[in-house]
Amino acid sequence: MQPFIDQIISECEILQGLPLWFSYLIFQLIFCGIIFVFVAVFAMLAGYAERRVAGRIQSRIGPNRVGPQGILQSLADGIKVFLKEDIIPTHADHILFRLAPYFIFIGMFLSFVAIPFSSQWVIADLDIGIFYLLAVESLVVIGIVMSGWASNNKWSLLGGMRSAAQIVSYEVPVALTILLVVMYSGTMSIQGIIMAQGAAPWNWNIFQTPFLFVAFFPLFMGSLAEGNRMPFDMPEAESELVSGYNTEYSGFRFVIFFFAEFSNLYLIGALATVLFFGGWQAGPLPDFVNGLLGIETPLSAAIVKNLVELCVFMFKSLCLVFIVIQLRWTLPRVRVDQLMNICWKYLVPVAFFNLVVMGIWMVVVPEYVTDIVALCMTACGVLLLGYFFYRVAWQLKNTKARLRFNPLS
Amino acid sequence: MDTYLPILIMFVIAGGFAGAFLLLSYLLGPKKPTDSKLSVYECGLNPVGSARERFSVKYYLVAILFIVFDIEVVFMYPWAVNYKNAIKDGHGAYMIAVMGVFFVMLVLGLFYEWRKGAMNWSNQA
Repeated sequence: MQPFIDQIISECEILQGLPLWFSYLIFQLIFCGIIFVFVAVFAMLAGYAERRVAGRIQSRIGPNRVGPQGILQSLADGIKVFLKEDIIPTHADHILFRLAPYFIFIGMFLSFVAIPFSSQWVIADLDIGIFYLLAVESLVVIGIVMSGWASNNKWSLLGGMRSAAQIVSYEVPVALTILLVVMYSGTMSIQGIIMAQGAAPWNWNIFQTPFLFVAFFPLFMGSLAEGNRMPFDMPEAESELVSGYNTEYSGFRFVIFFFAEFSNLYLIGALATVLFFGGWQAGPLPDFVNGLLGIETPLSAAIVKNLVELCVFMFKSLCLVFIVIQLRWTLPRVRVDQLMNICWKYLVPVAFFNLVVMGIWMVVVPEYVTDIVALCMTACGVLLLGYFFYRVAWQLKNTKARLRFNPLS
Repeated sequence: MDTYLPILIMFVIAGGFAGAFLLLSYLLGPKKPTDSKLSVYECGLNPVGSARERFSVKYYLVAILFIVFDIEVVFMYPWAVNYKNAIKDGHGAYMIAVMGVFFVMLVLGLFYEWRKGAMNWSNQA
């Protein structure tokens, strides 16, 4: 952020009159506000998109009444919830009951501070960025346990405890996988990890070595579990626990839990994009766009460059978000003992094995072999993707289903 | 300090908005409490006892496992950050050997916990 703010200040004469710390503070405030609004809008739209996708998958329509194609549905829900009664059960622990949503809300927003949306648009580029993310996400667990305990409801207690056990368990494979990426990039700064990759797919971390490719899966499953997403949404297993830790919550307090769940959806996509899919790296695209628009001044050139990178980052992360939404409506929920088995008996040993072999690989294998392997793996990845689309086309052709790709119908 | 200031700003913004929204919803919403509305939800029946009961010790076991493993993983991060540079300087084998000792103990611990059944969630397995 610092270089970008410096550039704006050097261009604007009004700002040069003000003290430097004051302009910094103002800009930091503005950018934090932008992120806040972005997350709020994303959570609302994701809630809408999820219901529409669910509708498509289950052969029904989904919300389509409020606004054009129902796009304002989440807004209407939000306004409705403001007008609901604020209920706190008599036997609940009042202080903890009121405090829990704050932990979840703040923990969620603090993680977004470290997400780099482009080469310069990151609010805090910390040297220990990835560590910070792991730490801040743990705040959410505290909020969940707190709400489960404070409600003084058996469903809430079970849901909160299950959720804590789940999030805490899957933290181990996630941390081990991030360790692998840190090892390969040689830095813990999120921008550094992105910078160590490139714009082309064969420069992405996921295709660098077979071990990094394997490591993607523990990370992805772990972040699904930490976000309480299907197939790991044990804490809210409706058929068993009513609604889990938020059973007793109503009105706006409930919306905060809901809100955190959907902003976490973006965090899952963003984290995977940063670690494995090259983040905002856009290669020669920004220069090309700048040339196309004929932009001369350095400030507007920088803005266009950042915008292009932002689009690349958004595209990648939103693709992953879409996959996560689809997974929710495709896979059945796992049982709680299966959940723990998957984590401790499969993901953790796989992550450990990966770490050892990766360490040896980095010492033993010379650089040119790594390049060849990266190219081969990219080719395999492209082939797999091509095969997937071929299968989809084959299904559509041979099952006589008509492809009516009209998301707005 | 400059890099950490935005975190504080975000903390204040998020906390402030959450508080403001909760206050707003408190002011706008109706306030008609009744006894049954304020009782805990137990599928529509009168609640039986309190939720302040004993619950399974398995949760504590998982928490202990987490603390052990997470601290060990955190311990490995400084090593991982320096690993690439150390390989460039030609100390790769040394780095592997040093971490290998720690790692063998870690994996033995994992194996021990596995054999002890600390990772079995259901009782019959």
